[in-house]
Amino acid sequence: MSNAETLDFTATEIMTVAASRLLKDGTVCFVGIGLPSTAANLARLTHAPDVVLIYESGPIGAKPSVLPLSIGDGDLALTADTVVGTPEIFRYWLQGGRIDVGFLGAAQVDRFANINTTVIGPYDAPKVRLPGAGGAPEIASQAKEVFIVLKQSPKAFVAKLPFVTSAGHLDGGDARARAGIPGAGPTAVITDLGILSPDPMTKELTLTGIHPGVTVEQVKAATGWDLKISPDLKTTEVPDAETLTALRDLHARTAAAHGISQGLAGGGEG
Amino acid sequence: MAKITPLREAVASLVQDGDTVALEGFTHLIPHAAGHEIIRQGRRGLTLVRMTPDLIYDQMIGMGCAAKLIFSWGGNPGVGSLHRFRDAVEQGWPHRLEIEEHSHAGMANAYVAGASNLPFALLRGYTGSDLPKVNPNIRFVECPFTGEKLAAIPSVRPDVTVIHAQKADRRGNVLIWGILGVQKEAVLAAKRSIVTVEEIVDDLEAPPNACVLPAWTLSAVCPVPGGAYPSYAQGYSERDNRFYKAWDPIARSREDFRAWMQRHVLDTDDFAGFRRVLAESMARIMNEVA
Repeated sequence: MSNAETLDFTATEIMTVAASRLLKDGTVCFVGIGLPSTAANLARLTHAPDVVLIYESGPIGAKPSVLPLSIGDGDLALTADTVVGTPEIFRYWLQGGRIDVGFLGAAQVDRFANINTTVIGPYDAPKVRLPGAGGAPEIASQAKEVFIVLKQSPKAFVAKLPFVTSAGHLDGGDARARAGIPGAGPTAVITDLGILSPDPMTKELTLTGIHPGVTVEQVKAATGWDLKISPDLKTTEVPDAETLTALRDLHARTAAAHGISQGLAGGGEG
Repeated sequence: MAKITPLREAVASLVQDGDTVALEGFTHLIPHAAGHEIIRQGRRGLTLVRMTPDLIYDQMIGMGCAAKLIFSWGGNPGVGSLHRFRDAVEQGWPHRLEIEEHSHAGMANAYVAGASNLPFALLRGYTGSDLPKVNPNIRFVECPFTGEKLAAIPSVRPDVTVIHAQKADRRGNVLIWGILGVQKEAVLAAKRSIVTVEEIVDDLEAPPNACVLPAWTLSAVCPVPGGAYPSYAQGYSERDNRFYKAWDPIARSREDFRAWMQRHVLDTDDFAGFRRVLAESMARIMNEVA
């Protein structure tokens, strides 16, 4: 698995690598489980060894050797600088303003990067009941900025959400600031097709990056609104061999440790 | 003062129909054995509280123990949906389940407020979220000093909190370490409490700042080695990720779920009995999901 001599990579791999590259060394990052945790740990194992990973179950400065399957795996506690109770995580560390980046997954996002993880269909008569908010509403509002990582499809990228679990840029423009929400909100949505960023004025998600081999038409077809394309559209840099090897080794170690294959659905608080 | 007692007696005397019951443990130290005993004793009409309802609440909801659920994230960690929880919310099976839904920050603060003998918790939270539209227990108040708008939610004050911990001494003082979640706050917020422990020792050997719940804050301490399974107790056991994965197909159909619960929980005397029957069927389950 560690042989990355040929630079073939999957859509999920380039999504993970692109997301990890956004994390700068030394950043204090509040990490969601699943794809965000993979990307954040890849950053820590490659270009950002001093990134500080905080999980809502209590570990601060976690340095897991394998990816946690759930947000309270023992490895997170044993490798952390310190482990505090969950109330302290949310009160002192998040609400206290110590988080640079909130790294979240989502079931659905809308054109202003609001997040739904609660319900598809009416709340009282749901078509699909999703797990719910977890830590996201306050992470989305109180981290200095937010990265969202999820696969792109018309079902996941919708013009209007049935339920806003966690605030992105609300109705766009300065709506977020007017609502009194402190953090800058989502600054990047990283998908398996490219990177979407809010327009500086309207805050509408715009395609600013596209992964190699993906066409603009493909991205538009996977988006539930008329996606605007940045005039400055950049093609994502191909992952280097070292990074791909680090990612594949991480997955191989994880599969061996958990005794089950990876690729299980994301989202594992509990 | 904590009484060191078998789990069956603790549940019989401390958990009543209609109680508000919190089983806490954030992935780590989830009190599965106690949840099973509540199911075995057929408790009904409970208001179940838990930040992260997972397999044990899926089982309790599916077996009809719960009238209401207060929570902030309900899923099978790393695997997917809780099918019994979803069936209750989406189809009202085995009966309608009322839900009161929060964020983790809200729930954690509500436990702190309960432990602090306050009527409500105050936090910067829920701004821009639709949760306040569907949960009338999320309200907003003005700071009397700055005029700032802050979220307020009622304290969580369970009739009974149930947790699992690593060890207790012979007087019933309990030591917890590793990922602590909201266990301490949940116990101190509750009127009564049950702690299952991996072992009873002569001396906790707890360093001065360790998380120790003194015996006089607890109602019952029950030795149940492995009582968190398939969750784990740091220093004692590993999380059985295979079981979390195996649960998904078991819980998908009402009939398979009922049959599994009958065989593994209702027809066994206690958690040791459950583990014996499970070991017999585990190979078969694993083959089926492989």
